[in-house]
Amino acid sequence: MAEVFNALLVGVGGQGIVLSSDILAEAAALSGLDVKKSEIHGMSRRGGPVFSHVRFGAKVHSPVIPDGTADLILAMEPMELLRWAPSAHTGAAACYLAAPILPVGVTGYPDGLDDELGRLFGRLVRIELATIRRSVPLKVRNTALLGAASVFLPLRQDSFTAAITALAPRGSAEANQAAFDTGRELAQAQLKEPADVE
Amino acid sequence: MVRTRLLSGNEAVALGAWEAGVAVGCGYPGTPSTEILEALAGQPGVYTEWSVNEKVALEVGVGAALAGGRTLVTMKHVGVNVAADPLFTASYTGVRAGLVIVTADDPELHSSQNEQDNRNYAIAAKVPMLEPSDSQEAREFTKLAFELSEAFDTPVFLRMTTRLSHSKSLITPFEGDGPERIEAPLAPGFQPDPRKYVMIPGHARARRLVVEQRSLRLSEAAESHPANRIEWPQGLTADELAEFGVVTSGIPYSYVKEVAPQAPVLKLGLVHPLPRRLLADFAARVKRLYVVEELDPVIETQLKAWGIECVGRATFSGIGEFSPTIVAKGLGLPVPDAALAPVLEVAVRRPGLCAGCPHDHVFAELHRLGFIVSGDIGCYSLGVLPPYNAMDTLLDMGASLTIAQGMDIMLPADQKRRIAAVIGDSTFAHSGITGLLNAVWNGRDGLYIVLDNGTTAMTGMQPNPLSGERMGRTDAPSLDYELLAKAIHIPDGQLAMVDAYDTEAISAAIDHLADLSGVRLLVVLGLCLIEGQKLKRIDKLDLKKTIRRDLVRNHPVGGQHG
Repeated sequence: MAEVFNALLVGVGGQGIVLSSDILAEAAALSGLDVKKSEIHGMSRRGGPVFSHVRFGAKVHSPVIPDGTADLILAMEPMELLRWAPSAHTGAAACYLAAPILPVGVTGYPDGLDDELGRLFGRLVRIELATIRRSVPLKVRNTALLGAASVFLPLRQDSFTAAITALAPRGSAEANQAAFDTGRELAQAQLKEPADVE
Repeated sequence: MVRTRLLSGNEAVALGAWEAGVAVGCGYPGTPSTEILEALAGQPGVYTEWSVNEKVALEVGVGAALAGGRTLVTMKHVGVNVAADPLFTASYTGVRAGLVIVTADDPELHSSQNEQDNRNYAIAAKVPMLEPSDSQEAREFTKLAFELSEAFDTPVFLRMTTRLSHSKSLITPFEGDGPERIEAPLAPGFQPDPRKYVMIPGHARARRLVVEQRSLRLSEAAESHPANRIEWPQGLTADELAEFGVVTSGIPYSYVKEVAPQAPVLKLGLVHPLPRRLLADFAARVKRLYVVEELDPVIETQLKAWGIECVGRATFSGIGEFSPTIVAKGLGLPVPDAALAPVLEVAVRRPGLCAGCPHDHVFAELHRLGFIVSGDIGCYSLGVLPPYNAMDTLLDMGASLTIAQGMDIMLPADQKRRIAAVIGDSTFAHSGITGLLNAVWNGRDGLYIVLDNGTTAMTGMQPNPLSGERMGRTDAPSLDYELLAKAIHIPDGQLAMVDAYDTEAISAAIDHLADLSGVRLLVVLGLCLIEGQKLKRIDKLDLKKTIRRDLVRNHPVGGQHG
């Protein structure tokens, strides 16, 4: 692939965004591509929004995605997808877990949040919590969302498998792979037809 | 040591140091520097420690280097303020074996109390500084830094920034199966040389001249140093005048390449001292010279002092972090308009203490009682935010106790009785204890509260002198509050230890101690929840809880039992 692919992974502290983005970046590296990723840890992230930029292609310079050029946003939470939507370009894809984590002091999200996300993103996968609550343990839901988002990612499945094997915490590779597969199947079913893969 | 070729800048510094044969690594945790020593710890042939604070770390580092071991000392930008005292004179003594000091700066203040640009320290202390742009360079420049340190007998700074420390990029593949460590050039041993190492004025005056000569030699070496290079675009002959060119370094270099891949670039890896001739030659080959540097106009100011025209702060802000978009705008290049505009309002999500955090009740209580709260650096700094709104000052490590003392001197009696200082366990060890000593010595009144959660939580659970462990989680002696209080003459009845989850005891303790005069020390003991999970995994949770329960039992409000 000649162009750089820009993936933005977002969520709330503790949702596993860092591991998901590590797996995605490793999958790209194992595919022989140049990769850079960037995130911020520390004080501002304690309970605050968490984000990770992953960029891959023949040659990547900046670890930071230029404004308005994200090709895909993976969000572990609906309001976080709305927050980061301006980072994406028209026609970008998004994938999110429809499980609100209300900020302290907020009693509910406005009506029409899902409709708004549908309006913003032409290509959208929405994972309902109910569809994975039983089948995917809490600790690997991040990987399920990565599996769902993988339908929009121009990377081969075996590179994800290898990345999961390399990076999943000890003893959890199988659970992570199962979660990844579940997420991918849910996304495929939702889209009904295979995604464009270069 | 390495599971993947995709390393963070911090991991790459650790790898480069190990490959360079580093013998000692020490530092104090601080975002974004912390992961460097964590990646180095436990590697064969290296001693690592978390030191009590940055000054201590640098002094340990100087000693190790004088004794012949290549040494890496790590800290965040404000840590260099703490270490500045040994820094400026270590520049005079020199090092013998290589001494590399990592300063991890934090443009944008992602996790800091200020945004200082530590290139200024390199200039002020007359110490060279390297600044990488990606992980491979972080690895290479660490090795170059050790070589430079030994070749010029000087400490050398390696400047990282948050974005570089926490970004990952590919390192070049290993030649064999994994990293190879070179034999460091010196054998351990100390050669006494008082005129070089004992900085009484007579000796230091002579060393001052050595430093000056060294600076001249370093300036000359900078002209051809391998970390500096010109990237001249293909298709433009060497004698052609380019429309514009860019001088840059560090992470902004990656943004320049992103938005203007064909622009001529002078990439500075050695950012102090600057190569005057190289810069002048490059400037002469471009019609318009941009300087793309985050924070202070260090390069720009020097260029202008040399009479080299350039555009820096005229189109780039000196505040905050750059991005590809900011750099494009500064260079006058087009940027896309934001295409996706949400109509609904995005909910604000602020950081806050974790649900169930042991600091919770202290802040709720201090707020309820209307105390003036002098705060400190750590997770508990978040006590300033809702729902607590319980912090009135925060300046630097250890300042909670001492700012409270200054207030105690000045405030009228009614306010004076309502001052409290809060400080975490690691911060207390770092620079709170001297403040406590000052309070007793100078007869202050004050309620000082140590929020002891058993770890350095904000930076990711590092052991500290109060946690009973050292680097690598091996057992270590832990500071004894009772003996400390006794040694500095805090009366027994003015020391209390309470369980962080015993809300009634906390309220009663604050009530009781607030009405006493003199120095009162309240220790609130409650293990950080994240630390608790880690302790459980290594079977230490019950032991730690027992130790803490005993402390509480033996030191109730009102004085020691028996």
